[in-house]
Amino acid sequence: MENKNIADRPVKISVKNLNKCFGELEVLKDMSVEVHEGEVVCLIGPSGSGKSTFLRCLNRLEAANGGTITVDGQNITDKKININKVRENIGMVFQHFNLFSNLNILNNITLAPVELKLMSKEEARKKAMELLERVGLADKADAYPAQLSGGQKQRCAIARSLAMSPDVMLFDEPTSALDPEMVGEVLDVMKVLAKEGMTMIIVTHEMGFAREVADRIIFMDGGYIVEEGTPDEIFNHAKEARTISFLNKVL
Amino acid sequence: MEFLDVLTSSVNTFIPALGQTVRLAIVVLIVATVLGVIFGLFTVSNIKVLELISKIYIGIIRGTPLLVQTFIIYYGLAQSLRPLGFQWKDIGGPFTAGIVALSLNAGAYMAEIVRGGIEAVDVGQMEAARSLGLSYGKAMQKIILPQAFFTMLPAIINQFIITLKDTSLISIIGIRELTQNGKILTSNAVAKSMPIWLVVAFYYLVICTLLSQIAKIVERKVSHRGK
Repeated sequence: MENKNIADRPVKISVKNLNKCFGELEVLKDMSVEVHEGEVVCLIGPSGSGKSTFLRCLNRLEAANGGTITVDGQNITDKKININKVRENIGMVFQHFNLFSNLNILNNITLAPVELKLMSKEEARKKAMELLERVGLADKADAYPAQLSGGQKQRCAIARSLAMSPDVMLFDEPTSALDPEMVGEVLDVMKVLAKEGMTMIIVTHEMGFAREVADRIIFMDGGYIVEEGTPDEIFNHAKEARTISFLNKVL
Repeated sequence: MEFLDVLTSSVNTFIPALGQTVRLAIVVLIVATVLGVIFGLFTVSNIKVLELISKIYIGIIRGTPLLVQTFIIYYGLAQSLRPLGFQWKDIGGPFTAGIVALSLNAGAYMAEIVRGGIEAVDVGQMEAARSLGLSYGKAMQKIILPQAFFTMLPAIINQFIITLKDTSLISIIGIRELTQNGKILTSNAVAKSMPIWLVVAFYYLVICTLLSQIAKIVERKVSHRGK
């Protein structure tokens, strides 16, 4: 892979001085981050550090209170932009999968492309079957979410996001709600995506995975970016005391 | 048995009255459901004005008796609007007034049921739908409302049965439905009260039982899809 020159690639997402409050509580303080095309960024840090909130600001599931977020040159904090259009290109995978429980697996995947008139029903079905094949769930097309294991649900949720052919994928603790023996199957799917050059921002507690796939690790605490760098820089040569103490606890 | 005697001898007046009750109930249930969905959606819309409108509507209806509401709509409205040339008899008389009163009443309770059903759906469902690029309306229509419907169903059926029986109160403004028919029959000097009211009760029992049986079948049909 061409990991060496990621910094030379175009900027995909640019966050400048992002602020986010929940009432009195300041969750994100003046965060600035740039993510380049094809880059895999892992956000790590203690719970409550603002990782998930940061991720949810990137597709405006949470509205920022200050600063700008630019995706593909479009400022998504601008109230006038069509956020639905922007979201079509940003896939999101949730901790609790959030598969649509009233629809079977196939319809979970085809719903958005068909409703948004990006594909005909038949095209969407074909693409869904390809994606299900890819995540190893082709035999589950007719099943309902309740009939799947956690790992299967999450793989299906990834397939659902991919059906929109997004350029960016956001993962919000995708394995935190899984039984330990199912974590691997989900991470494997994500590894393949990373290899194929998908731009990915991943909030995770899986340090081994982060070390393996990330181009860059961002360590957050208290709403700030405390330290960022390559996996080697963070995991082996962390400079900040807070980073070192966090890693000592989780590694 | 007097009950059976009355049942058979009064068929000619009770069948049209039963028809009137059923017609009243069907129209009211449809209108109330529409009102319930609209005001239920208002309540969860996060748009302050709509929330307020719906809160006021539900508050007024729940805080006043149906009978008083019926009088306000039938007598009160008719008198207040007479200078404008409004008369109930121009638009169907007490039957229409009864539909308006009962629909407004049942609509408020339906709105609360719809709100509860929507709020019971995990917020993650809406977030997932929105993150795919679906609009709020599409997400409501395709994901949230279908799921809410499963949880709402028992409460909706319960409200249907309550509203069906509440049509009896509308008899007061002179619609010849089951209860009014009973009143007319008992007003005859030689009539016996007990068997006539038992026959009235019997008709209600039959249609309510029928309604809950239909509801049970519907519930079974939709619930097999699992959560």
